[in-house]
Amino acid sequence: MKRLLVCLFPLILFTNISFAIIEIDITEGNREPLPLAISEFFHDNNQQIIDKKITENIRTVISDDLERSGLFSSIDDKAFIQTNRAMHLKPRFADWRLIKAQGLLTGELAIEDDRLRVEFRLWDTFAEKEIEGLVLITTIENWRRISHMIADKIYERLTGEEGYFDTRIVYVAEEGPKNKRIKKLAIMDQDGANHKFLTSGKELVLTPRFNPVRQEITYLSYFKNLPRVYLLNIQTGIQEVVGDFPGMTFAPRFSPDGGKIIMSLAREGNSDLYVMDLTNRVVERLTDSPAIDTSPSYSPDGKKITFNSDRGGSQQIYVMDSNGRNQKRISKQGGNYATPVWSPRGDLIAFTKFYQGQYFIGVMRTDGSGERLLTENWYQEAPSWSSNGRVLIFYRETKANDAGDGHSSSIWSIDLTGFNERKIITPVDASDPSWSKLIQ
Amino acid sequence: MVSTFQNYTRYLVIILFALFLAACETVPKDTASSSTSSTSTSSSTSAVEIQDGVYVGSDTVEMLAIDVPDRIFFAYDSYSLTKAAQNTLEKQAKWLKANGSVTIAIEGHADERGTREYNLALGDRRANAAKDYLMTQGISSSRVTTISFGKERPVNSGSNKKAWAQNRRSVSVRTN
Repeated sequence: MKRLLVCLFPLILFTNISFAIIEIDITEGNREPLPLAISEFFHDNNQQIIDKKITENIRTVISDDLERSGLFSSIDDKAFIQTNRAMHLKPRFADWRLIKAQGLLTGELAIEDDRLRVEFRLWDTFAEKEIEGLVLITTIENWRRISHMIADKIYERLTGEEGYFDTRIVYVAEEGPKNKRIKKLAIMDQDGANHKFLTSGKELVLTPRFNPVRQEITYLSYFKNLPRVYLLNIQTGIQEVVGDFPGMTFAPRFSPDGGKIIMSLAREGNSDLYVMDLTNRVVERLTDSPAIDTSPSYSPDGKKITFNSDRGGSQQIYVMDSNGRNQKRISKQGGNYATPVWSPRGDLIAFTKFYQGQYFIGVMRTDGSGERLLTENWYQEAPSWSSNGRVLIFYRETKANDAGDGHSSSIWSIDLTGFNERKIITPVDASDPSWSKLIQ
Repeated sequence: MVSTFQNYTRYLVIILFALFLAACETVPKDTASSSTSSTSTSSSTSAVEIQDGVYVGSDTVEMLAIDVPDRIFFAYDSYSLTKAAQNTLEKQAKWLKANGSVTIAIEGHADERGTREYNLALGDRRANAAKDYLMTQGISSSRVTTISFGKERPVNSGSNKKAWAQNRRSVSVRTN
């Protein structure tokens, strides 16, 4: 499968032969990570900075973000030849080239009026010049977000794509035996920091999804044994049921402007798609087939919707206009398809595929052509895109033995090229991940 | 000198591109053949317990009353009622008629081999298939509610054919 992915981009390997400015073509999946030297951030012996270990922390967060992308490697600082503060003004480029650093990050910290001032510079060690630099000022407690923002800037400067590090993941935390599983909503930074449970576990909760513009989550809760779609304000903690429907509502997802929720309503054994405008609470029915219609997802321009239906006899992926017209099947390669999600770039739909006893996460173009399977496993589903459309997260389950032991559930990420598959570490088992846009 | 080098490079690119394309062609076949049906022979499962994908044994089955089983079973991704399922529902209907004040909730369930959202819809289908049959037997719809748990509440936590067959079910539960 990996070979398939490599061969989609054969010609790119031979372009951009230039020594002037370092840059990465991220469509090359298996390239060697670009070696970066990430220096400590210097300061005037400030006691607050020393006490809170801000120098070390910022450096670790930036370097971890960049390394996890699979596109960069961080050179061990023990190899550094130049170690003094002068590097921030005038790096000795030859020294950095000698340890194979193609890029160098330097920075300075200061506390001004109880606020943290972070200045960074990114240097091209071959072109011998500064290629990015910025001053960021924030509260001292905010050093972690600043670090993600710096990592985003570096990623953006070196790949030409928007970064995705200053983001969060909401997911379902799972504990206990399979037949009495306790599920809670949980939220964390993209790197696992600032982990927080959002619900108590008293009610079964499933499939949380971020509002793309507000600090809000929509999800399914079994509150009072009535499975319904809910809204949760992350800042206030206030929860409310969405609409007043005569049956189970499920599979919610926000429209790109955050103003609507599209979802399934099950009535007398039949599930169809509905959309609710959150401002005036007007509900519109979008599909009316005797089959299961579920897992809807808007295109980024809001004009189209992709969804899952078994109207043709098996689970397949369909696309329609956002008013419900022109419903058309797009998945065609054999096997069952589910959980389509439209890429934030608009050109691809990610999906789950069930074929010959195995589960795949894959992508296809919006007309169903160009299907590529990124990863194969015993069980995995529910992809969610990074804000820049370069990375997918999804969840994976392991098989239990006949006694029911050995089952686990965890979140994984994979690059759109099919490389750099990684497990995302969570305090307990995890499923149903949803990735936020860049935090505003 | 320079032009020779460029020609050579162009050649190399074409050759490599051809190699890449060749690699491309073989991959879908690899993918297709790499999947196996490893679960086809489950160790302790005797053939008698599952017929046409439907569980026909009595493990996990509880009784609403004497000779009134609480649950029916389904084939994979199916919500059609087998003869045995209809038989069980007829017993439930008879019992509900004899006990006019009893109300029930029918819980629809799916096995773990399906995506979460689709399985919620499938569980709803199964619960309603049972409810509809009770209504054809003369039970008022006001006495029967339905709820789907999708794949969230398996009765057997194993990952084998027998467990999945036992989990594809709808269960009638007294609510008063």
